[in-house]
Amino acid sequence: MSAPVKLAEPPIRFVGKNMRLDQRLIAQMIKPGSSVLDIGCGDATLIDHLFRTRGCDARGIEIDMAEVTRAVAHGLPVMHGDADNDLAYYPDGAFDYVVLSRTLQAVERPREVLRQMLRMGTRALVSFPNFGHWQVRWRLLRTGKMPVTAVWGRPWYDTPNIHPCTIADFFDLCAAEGYLVEEWLAVDETGRRSPWRKSARLANLFGEQALFLLKKV
Amino acid sequence: MDGTESPPIAHQQVRFADGLALECGIALPELVVAYRSYGRLNEARSNAVLICHALSLDQYVMERHPLTGRPGWWDNVVGPKLPIDTERFFVICANVLGGCMGSTGPLSPKFPGSPDLWGTDFPPITIRDMVRAQKRLVDHLGIVQLFAVVGGSMGGMQVLEWAATYPQMVYAALPIATAALHSAQNIAFNEVGRQAIAADPDYRGGLYWRDGTVPERGLAIARMMAHITYLSEVALTRKFGRRLRTGTAVSFVGDMFEVESYLQHQGSTFVQRFDANSYLTITRAMDYFDLAAEYDDDLALAFAGSRTRFCVISFSSDWLFPTPRSRDIARALNRAGANVSFVEIESDKGHDAFLLDEPDFHRALSGFLAGCAEHLGLP
Repeated sequence: MSAPVKLAEPPIRFVGKNMRLDQRLIAQMIKPGSSVLDIGCGDATLIDHLFRTRGCDARGIEIDMAEVTRAVAHGLPVMHGDADNDLAYYPDGAFDYVVLSRTLQAVERPREVLRQMLRMGTRALVSFPNFGHWQVRWRLLRTGKMPVTAVWGRPWYDTPNIHPCTIADFFDLCAAEGYLVEEWLAVDETGRRSPWRKSARLANLFGEQALFLLKKV
Repeated sequence: MDGTESPPIAHQQVRFADGLALECGIALPELVVAYRSYGRLNEARSNAVLICHALSLDQYVMERHPLTGRPGWWDNVVGPKLPIDTERFFVICANVLGGCMGSTGPLSPKFPGSPDLWGTDFPPITIRDMVRAQKRLVDHLGIVQLFAVVGGSMGGMQVLEWAATYPQMVYAALPIATAALHSAQNIAFNEVGRQAIAADPDYRGGLYWRDGTVPERGLAIARMMAHITYLSEVALTRKFGRRLRTGTAVSFVGDMFEVESYLQHQGSTFVQRFDANSYLTITRAMDYFDLAAEYDDDLALAFAGSRTRFCVISFSSDWLFPTPRSRDIARALNRAGANVSFVEIESDKGHDAFLLDEPDFHRALSGFLAGCAEHLGLP
């Protein structure tokens, strides 16, 4: 099974027009006029934003058919499909950026999805909720049970998030796979990026969400 | 219907005296394309939408049919303020080549002015031949690029062929409830229909039109069988269940199920408006269709470098042209790097859903067209 389903109860913070915080941060990293594929694009808010404000040729792929219908009905180029099965059908180097926002932890083969992303895109933009956050650690330590927090909102037996990872884990994977981390950032619950901007160790403790801009070396 | 005379209605037609060279190598000495148009062509000639019709339909998209008196087959989709908005777009629909509503087909004279009709001598045609005939019409109307080409079922095959053969003429393409090839199952169903027609004694080896007869029983059976493939089990159950219709004289036992009477009605009305040889010609054209075969068996090559914006739509309960066939198209388009939207509409109405009231489908249609219009800068 396992299709990249979104987090059960994502901590949606409306920053500007319906854009989630991570989407706004992603949009800031994308150069105007580039071609973009957003995997797990939902109702295609980011695609719409990139087209309207940055002149990008942005397309999307989404597993939830209701979201796809909504996106297409808004005139946005979205196709039904999922990260585990449909990425192989895109040609090499087809996009400047391939975006995977808050979906990596829910796919069946995260490493393969990343490989596909950097095959079809020059750069990959990946955001994910950080399992190394102090609250998650504290809950596991204190209660001895799988943590349930605002971000990790569902019990272990009912979560689509089958591959949670920490910021440190992700750095390791990038090193192992030979991906260059061109840029990275982590944000806390309120969307602030400081005070641990420079320290991956602190980010792994206080960052609730992480965002990576990757390139193949 | 008397097959020996031309239809009693005057269809709007364009004649191309230079004819059309067909893929089979035979050249039609004259090409006639019957069509209807709705709305206004703008000054830049950039707002034309071509609708490609399915096997048993015709060019009467949004108006009363001159022969049957029934409303247009897509009058819930095409019209003012509807998904294909005739206040915004100039909508064209041509009767397909090989058809029987005024375009060149088995009912046409072999040569201009000849009393002899094509009949069974009508050459085998392909979906591409149909598209090439439509292109003649589009050229004739002075349209350099169609804003959109839209079609369901066999119409969707024509949409794919348009996008592959004349990519620069198609800004947006909407293949709906269709496939890039006719499957063995599709061909099998068509063959049963053709056999039913051929087995009717009134078919007379295809020369029925000479004697003024029509192979009514065969054509009706072909239609009845095909009609079952257009519906889903759920749709049939909801519509008819096991209800009986009493007092019908046709049935041997006096009773007949409602579904039987419905199908018989479908069959008997069909023979009034469709020519048997046309049915044979067009179903054959569908069977020949395998777009990838024209491109080294790689469907992606058919769309290589295409700048057309595609919207592929399927319906969840369509078992004649099921969603995986649409997904094949979408994936091939991805491989070609084309701009593609792909959605499966949740519906229990089967293949026919594209003709019926499906709000999500209609929203997707109008939204996609609106998005394309915005990208093109169409007012």
